[in-house]
Amino acid sequence: MKDASSRRGFLALTTSLGAALASCGGGDGGAPAEAPSRLGKPVSSYGERSRFSAERRFIAPTKTPEQAASLTPLQDSEGVITPSALHFERHHSGIPDLDPSVHELLLHGLVERPLRFSMDALKRMPSVSVIRFVECSGNSRSEWSKPAPTAQMSSGMASCSEWTGVPLRTVLDEAGLKPEAKWLICEGADACRMARSLPIEKALDDCLLVYGQNGEALRPEQGYPLRLLVPGWEGNINVKWLRVLKATAGPSETRDETSKYTDLMPDGSSRQFTFAMEAKSVITTPSGGQALPGPGFLEIRGLAWSGRGLIEKVEVSVDGGSTWEVAQLQEPRFPKAFTRFRLPWSWSGAETTIQSRATDETGYIQPTVQELVAVRGTESSYHNNGVKAWKVLADGSVTNV
Amino acid sequence: MFRIALLCLLAATGLFAQKFGVGKAASPDEIAALDIAVSPDGKGLPPGQGTAAEGAKVYETQCRECHGPEGKGGDETGFIGTPADLKGDKPKKTVGSYWPYATTLWDYINRAMPFVRPGTLTDDQVYSVTAYILHLNGIVGENDTLNAETLPKVEMPNRNGFVPDPRPDVK
Ligand code: HEC
Repeated sequence: MKDASSRRGFLALTTSLGAALASCGGGDGGAPAEAPSRLGKPVSSYGERSRFSAERRFIAPTKTPEQAASLTPLQDSEGVITPSALHFERHHSGIPDLDPSVHELLLHGLVERPLRFSMDALKRMPSVSVIRFVECSGNSRSEWSKPAPTAQMSSGMASCSEWTGVPLRTVLDEAGLKPEAKWLICEGADACRMARSLPIEKALDDCLLVYGQNGEALRPEQGYPLRLLVPGWEGNINVKWLRVLKATAGPSETRDETSKYTDLMPDGSSRQFTFAMEAKSVITTPSGGQALPGPGFLEIRGLAWSGRGLIEKVEVSVDGGSTWEVAQLQEPRFPKAFTRFRLPWSWSGAETTIQSRATDETGYIQPTVQELVAVRGTESSYHNNGVKAWKVLADGSVTNV
Repeated sequence: MFRIALLCLLAATGLFAQKFGVGKAASPDEIAALDIAVSPDGKGLPPGQGTAAEGAKVYETQCRECHGPEGKGGDETGFIGTPADLKGDKPKKTVGSYWPYATTLWDYINRAMPFVRPGTLTDDQVYSVTAYILHLNGIVGENDTLNAETLPKVEMPNRNGFVPDPRPDVK
């Protein structure tokens, strides 16, 4: 009985793969081709995804669509790169329409030589490409009070791309920082000229002035033609549509580093400049909103990341947290990047809870939400990296716990 | 002779000490056209001034539709409170309860408000509407003049409410 149903489950899971393989065979002897004797579409100058592909960002409702966010469908991620068109968005005054032939970066303040860089000039300088995640510190914010129903709603304000650009350090060296320069005020060319203060040590460490994303130009939603990448640090400081860098002695204390993106503690004090995104993971298959085809084999898959470096280990529990197994990590791993984990699993058909927890190269272990709440209370808004659990019901449906 | 002149020219344009030399020297005018950054000590604040009495008029015509009458909140957030609002189950973060620096209020309004036409207020209007919001919180008097000198001296109630990042805090 159990064997038969597990075989059915396996078949259901592999149907689409089987169909894809069969269509390559041209229909001779195997399964019939999907569309025999019908010519397909011609080549195109810019490709589109299949009309059967329906992954989309979730647009969180706000009163003003320009001051809004959209979330990546992490449950549909095939690998560690988020398609640029599905990278999460957070804008404070809409997406500006910037012409790269006139856009310039101004670098001034406590520097020997204030400089202007055209996009062409920046592209002439030595460039690097890195794979890094960007995560809004407000990711999982709703889960301080209540678990979210899907991977997208829970953790979709994190995405991962290959980014190409000039090391910020190279550009700062061109201008020559004065010794008193301790912060860099970074400002966008969006309507609200969003600004954040970046400590100079980080600016000189691994930040990039980015113009390329996943092999093409940045998407407008991601800062076209130029954005700051501050690896591992909260999304808001990765200033998009970057236009001005000003070296200063102290932080500017902008709205987005005082009123927002500060973490209120139960005693009424607030943590400020909480930049790093701590280690986090989420199971994407199976995850909330999905349905298991039946008992039997299913590979558990998920994503893990840490703003402090490499993911060293991901453990998965399929029994409500009683026992944990070490998942396999997909190589190569990159620091401050999505890392895929996998665990073979045979579901018995009984109701259970599954969850993952990540450990990063500093030895930090992803805590539970309860452990976070015990220290920070429920009103700190940002930086919720608690363990995410999914409940698998006996009928195969997956929900939040 | 010519060579020395060229070197002087290069040094003056700022290209001389660049390794790659692809950046162009930014002139004081070019910097001034873009530099709106303000710091808590008042650096960057422009000339100009305003009082709450004047700011009330700016507020009525430019802000009230979204932020409600007398900064009490409407479709968008309100501005009124004290640090006592930060404790308990439903803490309220507002300019009055939360913001550590008055210069931040000036800087944010100057950058980002009114929401659909940011950057259109005059410096005097920004000073006056800043004064109005501070006055609604009892932080400045109705006829106190705010300008580049007085604004940084305004003591915000939650000035000492912020601490550095202690993480990792959960083991
Ligand atoms: C069309 C609606 C609208 C109008 C008019 C408007 N605002 Fe706003 N205001 C907003 C929105 C939306 C936000 C939130 C923006 C964000 O979070 O990025 C905001 C945020 C603010 C904040 C920050 C609040 C906080 O706690 O962080 C201040 C201060 C502010 N506005 C002041 C003003 C002032 C002063 C005016 C008039 C000069 C004004 N606003 C006019 C919509 C408006």
